[in-house]
Amino acid sequence: MSGDVSTHAGTTASTTSAGTLASPSGTRTTGASRAKGRQGVAPGYEHLRPDRHIHRSVALTVVMIFFAIYCLLPLYWLVVNSTKDYGSLLSSSGLWFGDSFQLFANIGEVLTRKDGIFVRWFLNTIIYVVVGAGGATLLATLGGYGMAKFSFPGKKSVFAVILGAIAIPGTALAVPTFLMFSSLGLTNTMLSVIIPALVSPFGFYLMWIFAQESVPTEVLEAARVDGSSEIRTFATISVRMMAPGIVTVLLFAVVATWNNYFLPLIMLRSESLYPLPLGLQAWNLEATGVQASPIYHLVITASLLTIIPIVVAFLSLQRFWQNGLSAGSVKA
Amino acid sequence: MASSTRRVLTVTASAVALGLVLAACSGGSSDSGSGDGTAGGSDGGSSDALDAALEQGGTIEYWTWTPQAEEQAAAFMKAYPNVTVNVTNTGGAADHNLKLQNALTAGSGIPDVAQLEYQSVSQFQLPGSLTDLTEYGFADLEDLYTPSTWGAVTQNGGIWGLPQDSGPMALFYNEEVFTSLGIEVPTTWDEYITAGEAIKAANPDTCIVNDSGDAGFTTSMIWQAGGRPFAVDGENVTINLQDEGSKLWADTWNKIVQGGLNCEIPGWTDEWFAALSDGTIATLPTGAWMPGVFENSAPDGAGKWRVAPMPTYDGTPANAENGGSTEVVPKGAPNPELGAAFLRWLNSDPESISVFLNSGGGFPATVAELQSDEFLGFTSDYFGGQEINKVLVEGIDNVGTGWQYLPWQSYANSIVSETLGQSYLNRTDLNEGLVAWQDANVKYGEEQGFTVSTE
Repeated sequence: MSGDVSTHAGTTASTTSAGTLASPSGTRTTGASRAKGRQGVAPGYEHLRPDRHIHRSVALTVVMIFFAIYCLLPLYWLVVNSTKDYGSLLSSSGLWFGDSFQLFANIGEVLTRKDGIFVRWFLNTIIYVVVGAGGATLLATLGGYGMAKFSFPGKKSVFAVILGAIAIPGTALAVPTFLMFSSLGLTNTMLSVIIPALVSPFGFYLMWIFAQESVPTEVLEAARVDGSSEIRTFATISVRMMAPGIVTVLLFAVVATWNNYFLPLIMLRSESLYPLPLGLQAWNLEATGVQASPIYHLVITASLLTIIPIVVAFLSLQRFWQNGLSAGSVKA
Repeated sequence: MASSTRRVLTVTASAVALGLVLAACSGGSSDSGSGDGTAGGSDGGSSDALDAALEQGGTIEYWTWTPQAEEQAAAFMKAYPNVTVNVTNTGGAADHNLKLQNALTAGSGIPDVAQLEYQSVSQFQLPGSLTDLTEYGFADLEDLYTPSTWGAVTQNGGIWGLPQDSGPMALFYNEEVFTSLGIEVPTTWDEYITAGEAIKAANPDTCIVNDSGDAGFTTSMIWQAGGRPFAVDGENVTINLQDEGSKLWADTWNKIVQGGLNCEIPGWTDEWFAALSDGTIATLPTGAWMPGVFENSAPDGAGKWRVAPMPTYDGTPANAENGGSTEVVPKGAPNPELGAAFLRWLNSDPESISVFLNSGGGFPATVAELQSDEFLGFTSDYFGGQEINKVLVEGIDNVGTGWQYLPWQSYANSIVSETLGQSYLNRTDLNEGLVAWQDANVKYGEEQGFTVSTE
């Protein structure tokens, strides 16, 4: 994140955009102004602003470098160790490569082990993410928009329920949810993972606040005067204004669903329904107990494959996210 | 705000009530189901009902983390084509127990047959979650099994499972380390400590044993020292982790921990397997199922390891069990008779046991297999051609009787690191750690409604 901001800070130019941007979210100035900066960059300004910042932030840069290393070291470890077979994983240093390069052999073994169950887990996870996180984002957007822009009886109690729901950690609800789903005969089905994932009180709350800030009621009124239906207004105007909020909620929901462990652990019994985190843990557990037969090299390689989509999703959505934040705030 | 809060409460309350009603419904139906089963086999220990169930056929669910389970189920279905066995791999004991407990609480989705570690039998038997297999004539099978494994599946006047495997302890040692240092393999714990000092002196990075407070190891070691710290009689539980045997073990092990002779390498980690391969850890006192794990997991240790009987305290051979599992038929299972029939075949039929031993490894619990010439004469290349099973089988006769686990053993095991583990960490008196573990267990047991005494 820090790298992204500083590289783009150089393209920041237009003073007008910087001025208007200060009010909605002061901390996002660089990312936000970057979007605006495309239209006309006055060359002289490119050097001024970054220089002023560099002088102030030497200590900060050191701290950021430290944290970057702190965050990237486990990733580095994962990449290095996924190139080793089981023997050299045990005998070589964790921070450097082993004697032979086994990455592709490991990947092949991961993808074919037990009739390709890893591929199955991958597809399951994608289904859970697309339906679960996608659905959660859709519901949060619809609900948050409705709460922000329409008034109806019982609005206050909805507010209380949502705040209450945010306060209860999902883990605490897992077992009661299991008992309820068990009565409905839904345990050990894909629905038992998807349905709870559809509900995101935090996303709902975020969309509500975001819709309030980013969609001016005047715009809606103007649309109504012009004869646009509520659904059309929502789909063509409001959604675009809320885009950054939607992407934020989507990002949170995707990451949460991709990494979801405890709820599927409780709900699912069949290996063929597992999402990736459960599958990885199942392989990891083969290293314990009376008939232990560890496959750490495959667990590590599989972990690497597991995080690639989430890294890609984060990097590509992050860009959209920052662009969007400015698009929303400029309107004010 | 006040009115909205009330509305929230109403909604929540009705949701909870609905859940309870639904749970009660399914609980009721499964109760009547098992009632029928009891009626069928009520006239005192008949296995006819099971034969009839096999004849009639059906589908059963089997939850296990045994790697050979699929192959065993396939062999069973070949022998009994009318029966379908669906194997669910539950991964490992901890997740397995959680899922089983949840299914039992929900009253639906209960498997017909489930694996349990010996140390978890009490935990499920005492609340009445297991089917007493006496009614299916399982008492006739007693002579097939070693006394200690049979003892582990029978308690409170019932038979709750059949042993799948066993883990009489033995001392696995890295011969290379002992030869190169010119020290004898210890036969008593005093010699063991002396050997530990010599190993540490020769190379401070190596150690005679890795231990930083493991629940399963600790209870087995107390068992071997003659301690019987847990006694369960219905709702009455006695916990005395300062009985003679517990103290004897702690006083002995203090010399290892306070002398810094142990490595603090946690078991079942890559670091541990590496240390077993390269001679960092010189000995491993553990269950007889360990040879298979050695071959799979520490390939570089091949040729270096050997097996000896467990060291003793006073020259009199003494031993304990470490690890091992049974299969049980949970209460509320949709098809208990067919489940029991499968369980009977699974852990007593020679074909099933042969699959178990040959494709995955494990140490049997059945006398016939343990006494067979083929088994006793087996020589292992990993162990330098030693006839390891002769040593391991000899250990069975010395396993002390009368050991019991707590009815909340998995919880008790989960708090070892914050009680006993602290004594390891600070290298202070292990007796203090045992007392801390005892206090925490007394408190938990009372919270769970047991009457707990420490006498």
